[in-house]
Amino acid sequence: MNAMPKAIAIAQAAPLLRVDKLTKSYGHVVGCRDVSFELRRGEVLGVVGESGSGKTTLLNCISGRLPPSSGAVEFDTSRFGLTDIYGLNEPDRRRMQREEWGFVHQNPRDGLRMRVSGGANVAEPLMNLGNRHYGKMRSATIEWLERVELDTRRIDDKPRNFSGGMQQRIQVARNLIHGPRLVFMDEPTGGLDVSVQARLLDLLRELVRDLGLAVIIVTHDMAVARLMADRLIVMKDGFVVETGLTDQVLDDPQHPYSQLLVSSVLQI
Amino acid sequence: MTARPNQPERYYNYAYLDEQTKRMIRRSILKALAIPGYQVPFGSREMPVPYGWGTGGIQLTAAIIGPDDVYKCIDQGADDTTNAVSIRRFFAQVADVAVTEDTGKATIIQTRHRIPEQPLKAGQVLVFQVPQPEPLRGLEARETETRAMHAYEEYGLQYVSLYESVATYGRIASTVGYPTMVDERYLMSPSPIPKFDNPKMGDNEAILLFGAGREKRIYAVPPHTSVRSLDFEDYPFETQTWEEDCALCGAEESYLDEVVLDDAGTRMFVCSDSHFCADRRAAGHIGPMADHELAALETEPA
Amino acid sequence: MSNQPLIVVEGLAKTFILHNAEGATIPVFDGLGLEVSPGECVVLAGESGVGKSTLMRSIYGNYLPTHGAVRVLHDGAYVDITGAPPHQVLDVRRRTLGYVSQFLRVIPRISTLQLVMEPLLENGVDPIEAQERAEKLLGALRLPKAHWDLPPATFSGGEQQRVNIARSFIRNYPVLLLDEPTASLDAENRAIVVQLIKQALDEGAAMIGIFHDHDVRDAVATSLFNVSEFKVAA
Repeated sequence: MNAMPKAIAIAQAAPLLRVDKLTKSYGHVVGCRDVSFELRRGEVLGVVGESGSGKTTLLNCISGRLPPSSGAVEFDTSRFGLTDIYGLNEPDRRRMQREEWGFVHQNPRDGLRMRVSGGANVAEPLMNLGNRHYGKMRSATIEWLERVELDTRRIDDKPRNFSGGMQQRIQVARNLIHGPRLVFMDEPTGGLDVSVQARLLDLLRELVRDLGLAVIIVTHDMAVARLMADRLIVMKDGFVVETGLTDQVLDDPQHPYSQLLVSSVLQI
Repeated sequence: MTARPNQPERYYNYAYLDEQTKRMIRRSILKALAIPGYQVPFGSREMPVPYGWGTGGIQLTAAIIGPDDVYKCIDQGADDTTNAVSIRRFFAQVADVAVTEDTGKATIIQTRHRIPEQPLKAGQVLVFQVPQPEPLRGLEARETETRAMHAYEEYGLQYVSLYESVATYGRIASTVGYPTMVDERYLMSPSPIPKFDNPKMGDNEAILLFGAGREKRIYAVPPHTSVRSLDFEDYPFETQTWEEDCALCGAEESYLDEVVLDDAGTRMFVCSDSHFCADRRAAGHIGPMADHELAALETEPA
Repeated sequence: MSNQPLIVVEGLAKTFILHNAEGATIPVFDGLGLEVSPGECVVLAGESGVGKSTLMRSIYGNYLPTHGAVRVLHDGAYVDITGAPPHQVLDVRRRTLGYVSQFLRVIPRISTLQLVMEPLLENGVDPIEAQERAEKLLGALRLPKAHWDLPPATFSGGEQQRVNIARSFIRNYPVLLLDEPTASLDAENRAIVVQLIKQALDEGAAMIGIFHDHDVRDAVATSLFNVSEFKVAA
């Protein structure tokens, strides 16, 4: 497992992901336009903006699920080095997604197999990597359930018997067990109540730090962005209107829209 | 009374299907044989039996049968069940072939959910009736996705079902339709045969053809092809065993059916392969309940 | 120890533009220059609202200056905080540039000890060593041991501030920015913090601080820097 401490990982020079002039339009409707950025190992990038700003389109394009209209998404694959992911053939791309990436969906139903047990959901990525030893997979699964603070006695329960927060933990374990280098998160705490959300965020923070993961997290929640992200991309109408260090964007936003976004957060 | 088959007034085309359809199916069969385990789509026709009664197997048989063939049809191993009898009569009528219950004499054996105990030989074709050709379907509902998984040999998902089984029962508990890997390339559902029969598929001398009428798929295992039942390193594949021997013929190594005899729960275990059992009894093998009335019933002609 | 300044501020200007208040502009300072060498503690002076905190935050990269440069000596070379790529700024913050604010940004559910250990863990320090160092520092700051396993959300202002100080002093940052670190502390605790600051200065740290408390200021300042000289009239 990649256990490189975050700071050391980030300091390494080569980008892990490079997005270059990415544009996706649906007919004449723009999903996102001309987005460029780089992500390094261990770096957490937050993508913020209101609904319809193009966050999800961007995430889907970057994560290999939606071919862009133009522009490139390059990832430092372990097999081919820095490669345009849409230039790979489909089996190689699927293999890379399976082996080197994780994707945590907002709705656990999109990210879990609801008909098989939580334990099998967590173990599946290992089987996808060719692991054929039940006992070893079982203990790895138990270890991960402990890491995401789930009761290991419930390992064989179906996801529907878990609460929303627990389902999300199962999803997190499922997306980290195979030691990915890049994890995409789409509003990972979206459907959860605040206390559950806080626990999950802490957990994610710790895991990201301990595993040296690179993360792209899409959220409309500025508190989540502040807690999780090293830096932010602010999107509006498909464009990136501002980017910078998380605390700089949130404490001294430059663009009118960022200022509006930050000042719209309710204080308690 | 009725017109004899293959006489001028015969009502249907030879072997029921028209020649173009049979050609289409034969081409699919050839492709299936060329890519062992791969599910070949075909234009499945409406047959004069409902889906689920063997429409896939019937179409395969119709496409390959000729007047010189000797046809045998079994249902769960038995030659004398309604479905087997009906399909056998159907081909006797529309294809004018000889029929038999003798596994060794048949050239085409259509089967629902069993492989005969007697080893098959070169020149024989075993035609399976398949309800669901896609072994991954229970775990992945999207056909586009399962096709991609086959294309790219992404079979980790199949192990999820085995994992679930071990987690729940402490062993791989599935007993029928046990998933197999053909020629170390394509994942294949063996149709709902008992896993007891799985090892018989590997390196078989006969041609194994699988037809799913409703799902419109044909696949095949050519002779002498490896067929491996999936398992875990620490939970290897194993077949069912019985403490009992066949009550009628005393066979120790055959697949046994449990037959409940009365309301008090008395039961007996007998060979599921009726021809195999009758053959053994004719050769003088005697089981503990060999004089039971069921033995008499089974010796009657179908 | 070389006397090369650890931090060089040149021609720094900051003007806030409030786009959602009809584009109102609030100029703060302009043409501001400042250098701090190892062992120096420059204390920012000037009345309230003159822009001391804004300067501090601009140096840290928390605010984006309108013009000018903030160069921090990092790994033997100067990095301009105002123009460096984010990952480099983060690296500077992680290893070179520390910041003690008046307020602790409380992270839910994380224990005080964990919070203090975190900067060490981020730098790859072994967890056992990190814990020992955190316990030692919290002990020195006289934070009751019973508090260590609790999240600091419910602590008093003074307690939270000491947690904050511990978080910054646990790493021996070569450059430290101190924004009223002693504001809510009693005399005894202030003395402890002054001790920590002096010790860090002796070890060659460079500091820029804001202290309203004159005793503390006199105890640690090597020079005063009057921000109001660079004040821009609104």
